Amino acid sequence: MKTDKLFEMNVGVTTVMNFNTMKRHFKESFISMARNRWMSFASISAVTVTLLLVGVFLTIMMNLNKMSTDIKNDVEIKVLIDLSANETSEAELQQQVEKMPGVESVKYSSKKQELDKLVKDFGNDVSLFKQENPLHNVLYVKADDPEQTEKVAKEIEKNPAVDTVKYGKDKIEKLFNVLNISQKVGIVLIIALLLTATFLISNTIKITITARRREIEIMKLVGATNSFVRVPFILEGMWLGAIGSILPIIGVTTLYSIVHSSLAPKLESSVVQILDVMPFILEVDIILLVMGVLIGVVGSFMSVRKFLKV
Amino acid sequence: MIEMKNVVKKYPNSVVAVKGLNIQIKQGEFVYIVGPSGAGKSTFIKMMYREEKATSGEIKVNGTDLTTLKDREIPFLRRNMGVVFQDFKLLPRKNVYENIAFALEVIEKDPEEIKKRVMDVLKLVGLTKKVKMFPDELSGGEQQRVAIARSIVNSPKVVIADEPTGNLDPETSWEIMRLFDEINARGTTIIMATHNKDIVNTMRKRVIAIENGQIVRDERGGDYGYEF
Repeated sequence: MKTDKLFEMNVGVTTVMNFNTMKRHFKESFISMARNRWMSFASISAVTVTLLLVGVFLTIMMNLNKMSTDIKNDVEIKVLIDLSANETSEAELQQQVEKMPGVESVKYSSKKQELDKLVKDFGNDVSLFKQENPLHNVLYVKADDPEQTEKVAKEIEKNPAVDTVKYGKDKIEKLFNVLNISQKVGIVLIIALLLTATFLISNTIKITITARRREIEIMKLVGATNSFVRVPFILEGMWLGAIGSILPIIGVTTLYSIVHSSLAPKLESSVVQILDVMPFILEVDIILLVMGVLIGVVGSFMSVRKFLKV
Repeated sequence: MIEMKNVVKKYPNSVVAVKGLNIQIKQGEFVYIVGPSGAGKSTFIKMMYREEKATSGEIKVNGTDLTTLKDREIPFLRRNMGVVFQDFKLLPRKNVYENIAFALEVIEKDPEEIKKRVMDVLKLVGLTKKVKMFPDELSGGEQQRVAIARSIVNSPKVVIADEPTGNLDPETSWEIMRLFDEINARGTTIIMATHNKDIVNTMRKRVIAIENGQIVRDERGGDYGYEF
């Protein structure tokens, strides 16, 4: 009952924010940013520095990831078929391998094709083998998961029609170890960087808002609801975060374009490729923008919440 | 208008600031709250706009029971009363106009009406020429006039003032008092805690004296009753 009376005394406003108020909040957030120039500058700088680091790091990490995937996908098992095997047992072998769990693809290559490849790579010096081809017929097998290569290879080896299985055992194991470790280190670093960034930025925002603690108190004494106080601050945090992401976006985009144009041609014939500028850098840019906005909004929200209880 | 029954306020540090207050203030009254420092005046005032919550007893303002008011309803209570402080409590990064307009923005008035009403109260307090100035560019008396303008801009039935002249020189204090008198003359209830002997003894109103958290005197047209 008493609440009804309160609301009734108050020119009917409760939950739905009207258009004028929303407009007022937007205006308020811009004015506040302009009047707190130095604080705004400090917050924007903090966002800029961290997002720049995150951007560079993200670009490197995603490329390393792509390269390691390239290398992994290049790993295949070369199954040399026993010379004594006839066509039927070769076909059986191929079928058996194809049905094997963990096998992605199987490609048959006759010893003639193998010799052609050899001739292509080494020239006519090896063409004298053409009289009597000493090579084996071969199956090229790819595993679904490159790390399962060894298991698949051992399984294939059991078939009597197989002479030898080659998959660069030691090399692959070492490579996978290195890749795994570097990926884990990268993830740990990114998380550490993000935590530092969040801490640094929310700290800056907290300082900004602590300076306005008195203002928040006064607003509440004049009858402002929590959301009325909060919305302009959150909008302001959003602008600050977005503005802070501008330089990192420009920087990372430019830097990557330059690096890409000088590095990509050199890697053209290699197994390992770096990511194309588009759409990759656009994704990074969006991530940076979203992170900036998110940091600003969350930072404001957390800090303003502390002072709302008056 | 304002009614208190057996109001007790204990602070967490077990200090009892108010020990069973009973009071009744009618619409349109002008009441001074006097008493020595630490007697419970501030607590009394703060309970009326719910900066402090009474430990027990009943406080009614305009028929609303403040002791059972939920936290989220507090803003709506404050919108129906004006509060004036010793330290003015103006928003430092807002100019005169914006400070006063703020009280109307929170109740979501439309911009046209805000403008009109702000200009009206500015005329009343005599600050039409300083609309664009910021609080730190104004004298203490001017700041307090802005604060008063803000407190009455949405035409509340009651204005609560906690030592509004405490930071002002005597002459300025009288200007402020004349303003309060004028507001009171328009039918607004005024409750004012004060230490200003001259004012209380000259501008005679109802005087409620609080000592040790209790009312020791309540007389119409009474005098200040203390040396300072």
